[in-house]
Amino acid sequence: MTRDLLRFATAGSVDDGKSTLVGRLLYDTKSVLADQIEAVQRASVDKGLATPDLSLLVDGLRAEREQGITIDVAYRYFGTPTREFVLADTPGHVQYTRNTVTGASTAELAVLLVDARHGVVEQTRRHAAVLALLRVPRLVLAINKIDLVDYDEAVLAAIAKDFAGLARSLGFADEAVVTIPVSALVGDNVVERSARTPWYDGPTLLGHLESVPVAGPEVAAPFRMPVQYVIRPRTEELHDYRGYAGQVAAGTVRPGDEVVVLPGGARTTVERVDTADGPLAAAGAGRSVTVLLTDDIDIARGDVLASATAPPRLTDELDATLCWLSDKPLRPGARLLLKHGARTTQVIVGALGERLDTDTVSYVDAPEQLGINDIARVSLRTADPLPVDDYADIRATGSFLLIDPPTGNTLAAGLVGSPLRLAT
Amino acid sequence: MTAAAAPTLDALEALESESIHIFREVAGEFDRPVILFSGGKDSTLLVHLAVKAFAPAPVPFPLLHVDTGHNYPEVIDFRDRIVERLGLRLEVAHVQDWIDDGRLVERPDGTRNPLQTTPLLDTIVEHRFDAVFGGGRRDEERARAKERIISLRDAFGRWDPRSQRPELWNLYNGRHAPGEHVRVFPISNWTELDVWRYIQREGIELPSIYFAHQREVFRRDGMWLAEGPWGGPRGAETLELRDVRYRTVGDGSCTGAVESTAATVEEIIAEVTASRLTERGATRADDRLSEAAMEDRKREGYF
Repeated sequence: MTRDLLRFATAGSVDDGKSTLVGRLLYDTKSVLADQIEAVQRASVDKGLATPDLSLLVDGLRAEREQGITIDVAYRYFGTPTREFVLADTPGHVQYTRNTVTGASTAELAVLLVDARHGVVEQTRRHAAVLALLRVPRLVLAINKIDLVDYDEAVLAAIAKDFAGLARSLGFADEAVVTIPVSALVGDNVVERSARTPWYDGPTLLGHLESVPVAGPEVAAPFRMPVQYVIRPRTEELHDYRGYAGQVAAGTVRPGDEVVVLPGGARTTVERVDTADGPLAAAGAGRSVTVLLTDDIDIARGDVLASATAPPRLTDELDATLCWLSDKPLRPGARLLLKHGARTTQVIVGALGERLDTDTVSYVDAPEQLGINDIARVSLRTADPLPVDDYADIRATGSFLLIDPPTGNTLAAGLVGSPLRLAT
Repeated sequence: MTAAAAPTLDALEALESESIHIFREVAGEFDRPVILFSGGKDSTLLVHLAVKAFAPAPVPFPLLHVDTGHNYPEVIDFRDRIVERLGLRLEVAHVQDWIDDGRLVERPDGTRNPLQTTPLLDTIVEHRFDAVFGGGRRDEERARAKERIISLRDAFGRWDPRSQRPELWNLYNGRHAPGEHVRVFPISNWTELDVWRYIQREGIELPSIYFAHQREVFRRDGMWLAEGPWGGPRGAETLELRDVRYRTVGDGSCTGAVESTAATVEEIIAEVTASRLTERGATRADDRLSEAAMEDRKREGYF
């Protein structure tokens, strides 16, 4: 049996019990070392608690505050016999845009937490908007603390209905959203099915995480691969070996496929899809390979190999959406660096467009500058033409970073096009 | 030709592809990368992945071992054999040299783990290394859960957690000023079990001390230590013959062996799996497992 890997993110504010939920997942899947459990049990007894406080397994927040470290995305790992999980645990209340954007950027699924007593609140709307913008393919709404509303089915139904409306307005398909009533504290429906929710016939949270399809939309998309490195052994027996190393970003590549090399535009055919373990008949999104081509073309790091029948568009004018992650504000006219795939080029920022107001989840008038955690549309002009897709179509070739030339700091996450289309 | 469907990646394949991607990014963007290689299991895994990332060409950068001098001969033999077999270049920074010329002073407890930092930084400067690969994993301890895959260090080798760059998608920002370098952790997302399962799948050779063997050891600070130049046994400490193995390879003065009869990779996987096992409501794991777990999370000293 093969075990696959699901990358997912959690979002919610601290008060929603997210740390307890994550601690519960780790604990109930036996992913915690014996001595860690012991430490938590000791600390819980010291605090006069009857049961271990599982949030202590993941809660580094107080220590972080004491050390003055930025509250930041933390990665957790657990597994079951069928699947391994990489969890990007994003803190809710501070710099939520920066953290949620970072966690969501690699996630195939996001678990959004709400407190059963409060339902969908402003914070829920903000998080959901960012997850929709980043095109996280699947959402779980975990309605936590159902023990505190006496396991009342009507409470769940009302929150689920409320959230379904929000998700639809953000462009999520109904089948992409699953609502699960849980109590992280006592464990209802997290790993073990609860006897206290007989009216609920859906999966447990872990059951859903184990069974949801891993493959993202990249699998069905046309082939894309940024060339990271050119492999030339220059040995006697491999004198003519010239391989283009990269990770398949979207679609599938097979020997015999016609591809176009961008930005140059030359067309050629895939001769071989090589790996250290030998050639492959086909390589799909996520696989690191070395592609050999039938024609001798000048190809360097930063070039993109793409399907010749459905290539990306080549442009030096980008309409994009920026998530601004820096304290340093962005003003029109700024000269920055842009990293797209394996290429870094210069960019001049043009006009700022509408800003996404995450409090009301609506677009508002163009701002004069962008500050930290702002999300806005922008037009950009790049020094070199870039082969891009709309982020909504292909995440890998539709995403980029903006970098501050003097400090080298990452300033913004960029999404080609306008991936968040609000239904009105 | 028929269009074969590409099989989806299993967990180990996905992790392998991610690590290879990181190696290639760094090879493409940095002038002078180096892999920290001690002969331990995580750094042996790193070298294995680097070989796969650039095959059939050789790995385009050298290896560096910061040698405390407190070694197990099996590990040094293994290190030299791997280097020779792969045709790689190995730089060794001997902590002893720094002690001999007075740049470092031996600690009263004889431990040389903390002494590795200065030779490491001096060697980075001397060779102008700009990217240093290490085998750190985010599952090792809570604080590491927030470490970036590419992590910037200033001219003093310091890590400033406040100015960590957000890491999005698989776009790594390795820009650095002259004198700065980055630490790169290609197996950030691997767990200890992943490492062992991959070692099993790939048939990766490891130093023999990872597998159960009989050794004369003595008890100190709750660990089984071997006799060596780091001192001991002393006082009431006595040597006794035990079935042990090592879970990490580090400075001999503070790297304890665990009692174990796991003599094969399969048996080690079973043992590591068991050390994670804590039944709900269980009171106290037995000493051996708890201790093994503790040792597991000890850093190898470099980072």
